[in-house]
Amino acid sequence: MSTAAPHERFLARHSFIELPARERARAILDADSFRELLGPFDRLKSPWLPLQGVVAQSDDGVVIARGRLGGRPAVVAAVEGAFQGGSIGEVSGSKVAGALELALRDCERGRPVLPVLLLETGGVRLQEANLGLAAIAEIHAAIVGLRRHVPVVGVVAGMVGCFGGMSLAAALCSTLIVTRQARLGMNGPEVIEQEAGITELDSTDYRLIWSLVGGEQRHATGLADAIVDDDAEAIAAQVRSAVERVASPRSEQVECFLERLAHIDPGNPPEPRALRVLWAREDAGGH
Amino acid sequence: MEVLNFTYPARQPVSRRVHVGVVGSGDLEVLLEPSLDQHAHVAVTTSVDGFGAVWKIVLDRFFSRFAGAAAIEINDFGATPGVVMLRLEQAVEALRT
Repeated sequence: MSTAAPHERFLARHSFIELPARERARAILDADSFRELLGPFDRLKSPWLPLQGVVAQSDDGVVIARGRLGGRPAVVAAVEGAFQGGSIGEVSGSKVAGALELALRDCERGRPVLPVLLLETGGVRLQEANLGLAAIAEIHAAIVGLRRHVPVVGVVAGMVGCFGGMSLAAALCSTLIVTRQARLGMNGPEVIEQEAGITELDSTDYRLIWSLVGGEQRHATGLADAIVDDDAEAIAAQVRSAVERVASPRSEQVECFLERLAHIDPGNPPEPRALRVLWAREDAGGH
Repeated sequence: MEVLNFTYPARQPVSRRVHVGVVGSGDLEVLLEPSLDQHAHVAVTTSVDGFGAVWKIVLDRFFSRFAGAAAIEINDFGATPGVVMLRLEQAVEALRT
């Protein structure tokens, strides 16, 4: 492989981004270990979308799968970015929260289950408002609970990215894996442009957007732990290696991040390049 | 949003269930499983109103080649007739493999 021409290496890749959520979960888990819970034929759909004239999906856009990671029991929650922007509603959010809570219960009983979140989501589903937000809060609580027992691994591959309340879920993970195509941020670029105007942020300027919230920048500034090519096997290998590491979650590195924020002048915020120097990975407390 | 129902005669039983597709822009999901009687039943939920006649043409053509006694649920988010046919063919292919 290493002697192959760059285009041959590129062609040999099996794109993870192009996979729908179910195939992503299958690609992460050990071969033939994928077993879906609450699948499409259970028809656990959103009761709220049809009331608002929106067609529901039979799995509400979240795939929960049990299986194995490097031979160890695991559970994967994969969000389908193509359905309603990967938005988290009452049902989809409860599926993720419920899966994580069951994993936590198993961990507490001495049967560790490795949780993996494949996040491709704009955040809460606006049509389901507080019900989605409540589920997202449950997801956050479950991640924090699980972290005491096992590493919680998050993956943001793209092209939706991970925004809103689910960006907090990503930030709470023990290890966060991104690709260069990923985006991670609180408010999405379109929302910022709509709220603060095009002079604040031009959401059509992709180079600018990715320089701010793209996977490469998030990794270079210590807000993501690993950056991987868009290759299903490379991402699966990175997940398998992440579950073997005991990581100190970013949200427990309070002093480190307060120190980093102290270097920022909000009246004169640094350019993306300057932030990489200011928040160089070496200073990120082990990240 | 509109819900449409169709019934077709069937000659062969369907032995398993398959799911393909996603309710994404210009796409649809198909849930295909054994029918409870000797007919094929299709329940379409579509985001685009007023295209019942087009759905009938697409499904008539599909069932001229497929004789399985299947209960098919389609959740559509504005797929073109070509995409609808591709997803149905994909479901039949998944049924065979």
